[in-house]
Amino acid sequence: MQRYILSRLVQSAGILIGVLLIVFFMLQMTGDPVSLMVSRNASPEQVEALREELGYNRPVMVQFFDFFTDALTGDFGMSLRHRQPSLKLILDRLPATVELAATALMFALVIGVPLGLLGGSNPNSFWDIMARGAGLIGQTIPNFWLALILIVILSVHLGWFPTFGRNTWSLFGLTLPTRSVVLPAFALGLFTTGQIVRFVRSAVLEIKNEDYVRTAYSKGLSDRNIYMRHILRNASIPLISIIGVQFGYLMSGSIYIETIFSWPGLGNLLAEAIGNRDFALVQAIAFFTSLVVVALNLLTDVAYGLADPRIRYGD
Amino acid sequence: MPILEVKNLVTRFYTIEGVVHALNGVSFDLEEGEILGIVGESGSGKSVAMMSLLNLLPMPPARIERGKALFYENGGQDSVDLLTLTKAERRRVRGGKIGYIFQDALSALNPVMTVGRQIGESLMEHLGLSGEDAKHRAVELLEHVGIPGAEKRYYNYPHQFSGGMRQRVMIAIAIACDPKIVIADEPTTALDVTVQAQIVELIKRLQEELRLAVIWITHDLGVVAGIADRVLVMYAGYPVEISLVDDLYNNPVHPYTKGLLGALPGIGGKRAGRLESIEGAPPDLLAKPKHCQFVWRCPYAFDRCRNEMPELVEIAPKHYTKCFL
Repeated sequence: MQRYILSRLVQSAGILIGVLLIVFFMLQMTGDPVSLMVSRNASPEQVEALREELGYNRPVMVQFFDFFTDALTGDFGMSLRHRQPSLKLILDRLPATVELAATALMFALVIGVPLGLLGGSNPNSFWDIMARGAGLIGQTIPNFWLALILIVILSVHLGWFPTFGRNTWSLFGLTLPTRSVVLPAFALGLFTTGQIVRFVRSAVLEIKNEDYVRTAYSKGLSDRNIYMRHILRNASIPLISIIGVQFGYLMSGSIYIETIFSWPGLGNLLAEAIGNRDFALVQAIAFFTSLVVVALNLLTDVAYGLADPRIRYGD
Repeated sequence: MPILEVKNLVTRFYTIEGVVHALNGVSFDLEEGEILGIVGESGSGKSVAMMSLLNLLPMPPARIERGKALFYENGGQDSVDLLTLTKAERRRVRGGKIGYIFQDALSALNPVMTVGRQIGESLMEHLGLSGEDAKHRAVELLEHVGIPGAEKRYYNYPHQFSGGMRQRVMIAIAIACDPKIVIADEPTTALDVTVQAQIVELIKRLQEELRLAVIWITHDLGVVAGIADRVLVMYAGYPVEISLVDDLYNNPVHPYTKGLLGALPGIGGKRAGRLESIEGAPPDLLAKPKHCQFVWRCPYAFDRCRNEMPELVEIAPKHYTKCFL
């Protein structure tokens, strides 16, 4: 197990270095931010002075080396727009995105796992039709469209939820979510819900026919025990990797939803930074998102190992 | 005294290609404390018959069409039909009254549950033991089936055992709740020869100690000759011959049984060159059998065999066969 974790750690570090490279050079190719920062009638001398000041006139390799060594110390440079360290801006926005992503994942699991289990255990039953429907709808409805519909019906007409923004409340110094998170999280979690329903359903269908499930029946166990201890327990191992990937997606893929709901999270910040060609900030967000995804993958691998004794006791 | 009496069991599979006539009237009985060997080629319905008894077949596609399977208790006083049990009653029989040993223990054991818990589960279900007692008893059972260091092995997972040890775990599960009958469905097929012998020995020993009635499904006529009291030969989903073991080996009546025994290599005798084999292939189970299903391969077949299905008749004491000869 230690060797397994160590090799995953090394792989992760390699991936992150690659990400830094790509992030830096991709943005280099999109053009010069300075031309966007100065007023339209600035003289060439003024533009050149600003390039000098911000360091954009140095050779590319020198700029990259600086970027790379600073990145290693957590310094992603100042946001050109906000005149604040990029990392600080990200960390300020992080709680909102985590709240949104975690709630979305919770919706997906709470709806997806039971529905998939019910569908897979009784193929072609009412619940199975529901499960297949949910899988299809979840994966095909565009979440930005659903978001607008939800706002129109549940917020504007029924007034059950705020139409946009994030409200929180504190208890014992903890910041807790309010119902303002419900609509964006539901819309964001829709795709993941569909994935989880479909996955759990097909896993249950498959595992149901395994020899060890037949053995469990031959022991006279109740259906409930067989489904919980044998079928769901075995399905949960591949489910872990789905959850890991999906949580990464939820943490990084929320630009539409955050924009529609004016949710003050990372997606919103990224959309804004791209619009402003805020080099340093875009680089920082891109790298940070990759970091989160890589970390989640690492965590997933470890959890996978803990859940599956064949990996835990391997090598 | 019989403990199990199976009458005219018919099971079919409704598949896309058509109806598979897997069992076409299986009848036999099982005496208390005896070992009944069931032999026959792949697809002859040996396992399907046993799984039908405990309703372990996937339904659909399988359906038990007809038949009775009377299970006698209290010295023959009470009997229940296994095929018409309610769900709760069936659960009491499975594992509690009838234990099942499957052939490939690696796939028949849950890979992510410790073997100890897989044994303990049964104990808690049928004997109502607490978690602690179940653990205690499971360790005893592991010792009983000959697993060294049972206390430690309790916490191991199936993949950490060798093939033979896994099959011992499987056996421990089958006998955990003191059943009356154990069905051993090719328990040695996946093992190598030396280990096979140990597993055969073990089941034989447990059968004597616990006074079990054992139904032993196998391809291996040698094993059957060594341990079974009686033998049932299956062909195309029905029994073609049932007899005491010595009787069967000395006086096989059905041409199929003769063919099977003829295909056995002799030990110590002259090297007879090529082994004999039965010509042809097993019949197509998609067609509903209307006459003897061995006619295509039978050297003695005559007109009647192609038009009628023979009855299972007693031709000598305790020796039944389904043949016009």
